[in-house]
Amino acid sequence: MKMTLRALLGATALLTLTGMASAETTTITVATVNNGDMVRMQGLMDDFYAKNPDIKVEWVTLEENVLRQKVTTDIATKGGQFDVLTIGTYEVPIWGKAGWLVSLNDLPADYDAADLLPAIAGGLTVDGNLYASPFYGESSMVMYRKDLMDAAGLTMPEAPTWADIKTAAEKMTDKSKEQYGICLRGKAGWGENMAFLTAMSNSFGAKWFDENWNPQFDQQPWKDTLNFYLDLMNNYGPPGASNNGFNENLALFQQGHCGMWIDATVAASFVTGKDSTVADKVGFALAPDNGLGKRGNWLWAWSLAIPAGSAKVDAAKAFINWATNKDYAALVASKEGWANVPPGTRSSLYANPEYAKVPFAKMTLDSINAADPTHPTVDPVPYTGVQFVAIPEFQGFATAVGQQFSAALAGTTSADDALAASQELVKTEMTKAGYIK
Amino acid sequence: MARKTTQTRKAVVTALAWAIGFLIFFPILWTILMSFKSEGDAIKAPLDMLAAPWSLESYGEVQTRSNYALHFWNSVILSFGSTLLALVIAIPAAWAMAFVPGKRTKDLLMWMLSTKMMPAVGVLVPMYLMFRDLGLLDSRSGLVVVLTLINLPIVIWMLYTYFKEIPGEILEAARMDGASLRSEILYVLTPMAIPGIASTMLLNIILAWNEAFWTLQLTTSDAAPLTQFIASYSSPEGLFYAKLSAASTMAIAPILILGWFSQKQLVRGLTFGAVK
Repeated sequence: MKMTLRALLGATALLTLTGMASAETTTITVATVNNGDMVRMQGLMDDFYAKNPDIKVEWVTLEENVLRQKVTTDIATKGGQFDVLTIGTYEVPIWGKAGWLVSLNDLPADYDAADLLPAIAGGLTVDGNLYASPFYGESSMVMYRKDLMDAAGLTMPEAPTWADIKTAAEKMTDKSKEQYGICLRGKAGWGENMAFLTAMSNSFGAKWFDENWNPQFDQQPWKDTLNFYLDLMNNYGPPGASNNGFNENLALFQQGHCGMWIDATVAASFVTGKDSTVADKVGFALAPDNGLGKRGNWLWAWSLAIPAGSAKVDAAKAFINWATNKDYAALVASKEGWANVPPGTRSSLYANPEYAKVPFAKMTLDSINAADPTHPTVDPVPYTGVQFVAIPEFQGFATAVGQQFSAALAGTTSADDALAASQELVKTEMTKAGYIK
Repeated sequence: MARKTTQTRKAVVTALAWAIGFLIFFPILWTILMSFKSEGDAIKAPLDMLAAPWSLESYGEVQTRSNYALHFWNSVILSFGSTLLALVIAIPAAWAMAFVPGKRTKDLLMWMLSTKMMPAVGVLVPMYLMFRDLGLLDSRSGLVVVLTLINLPIVIWMLYTYFKEIPGEILEAARMDGASLRSEILYVLTPMAIPGIASTMLLNIILAWNEAFWTLQLTTSDAAPLTQFIASYSSPEGLFYAKLSAASTMAIAPILILGWFSQKQLVRGLTFGAVK
């Protein structure tokens, strides 16, 4: 009898201890996109577990558009499926304003918020609250083939104009060798061709809306933007460009088919990487301008945020602090080299002499600093965002406008018709949404 | 002469059938070929890609990064579970419609089919809220019910068509011999409709296996099937074509093999009415 009692007591104690141990471990679910930096972070989790033995991280990696739809549904319905979200500069101000995100102002002192690049931090802050911590930041810039420029007898200025780009594209094009002067995005989508064209339009003095939210596609600057883009692409671009997004242009550039490519700064590590056939022939320059005071470069940061519905805020903050802290950059550098450190978030990274040796480091920083999401256009506008307008309706109508512009590039509609249709559809949507009374 | 014409015609038809078959299979073949190349070689021009060395690198990386076994097991449970549940509901329903039709049977059939015409995203938010409130988010049981409901109209329609081909007199004879309703459906109707039920089952398993809207929206990790496994390798900013192809090949291989081995049954079932 005594033996049975002892055994029962022992078993109870063991169960209690097991229960306590499992209760102490907090599991957080992190939703993320599938890109090189995020995948690298998943491989470095041992360091996080060593520092936070009581937290377990479960990853949900998804394609960007699937992830965006899924986390939007979850956060809007307070589903509570995720504790940390990977979101972009477009979502943060809208979701922050709606009260859907947890403020990160109280992260530990070693997080050093003052070290964040002002342009990046500005896009993630609403009413003084930092709602997401940047994991990597990017702008856009010109990537060009130095050998083809030399052969054409040209020199790429560090800060070229659109006229410089056109001259270079013309000289570098040799269609008989499948060599095209310029590769640009043509695939329809608010984050595809419209990211490029909106940023480009800023440098032409165009804007999406005037101060009363009236769409501006019927104005001359937008006509100039679209006509210049179509002229460049039709004469010096690759065939079928209306289907090309980031990946298609990256493949073309890596295979030596593009003289220039204007796209995300994050592409620099790919075009100079091991899979590129032109790795040692690539030069970098700022995105072009037209002398109006604004360059055609965008600003984006993939950032980590905590949804307001999460019940594990402390563990989520510990994870974000680890993943976006200065120490993380040092960790990546020690394991994979400085060129693989997530770029574009902290001043200290660019002050590091080791990182300064990375060929695209300076141009990435200069490009980020050249973008101002709070004053994106030549004339004043009622919105923020360089390559987007930070209102919830933007995704829908910008994709529809992107389809019009992509059709103009494919030749199935004219530039004038595409602009007229865009003006009409955006006006209808903005009236429906109550912006235009 | 007539014999020669027939032979030639047969050869042309055979060649045409193979050509169409190859055309349909080509994207899958290309995915499989690409999965055995390195990322650098996968983006080369088609002929250069084929000439590049073969590699298992992508499969190795996919295995390291993802829990394939969990996703595979979830796919099996969701597709087989939803199919079995759908059959349990659909067999009696199709029996009633085929052998004891009411005034509104045709309307009912059309109404059921009409539910397939609505875009799924239209009911995403209410479904998500229901799942949240019932604690069914990221659960296999919740998803089995959803997949059952999605495919139920097709299952009922297919079974109804097969059952209509079976003479009602046979069932009547069973009834006169004293068979109960349960015995009539289980021991008389079902064995006669086995080819039809089998092909319905196979088609439903394939549909459920490939369902990529609800399975992506309502799961995160525990219940995530192979559709999410594929989605985790797609990236708009980075060339991961070889890894994406490897993940896709691993995801479709089981259902491809199942389809290959059961094709006779499937074809027999689909042409059941015509040859009877």
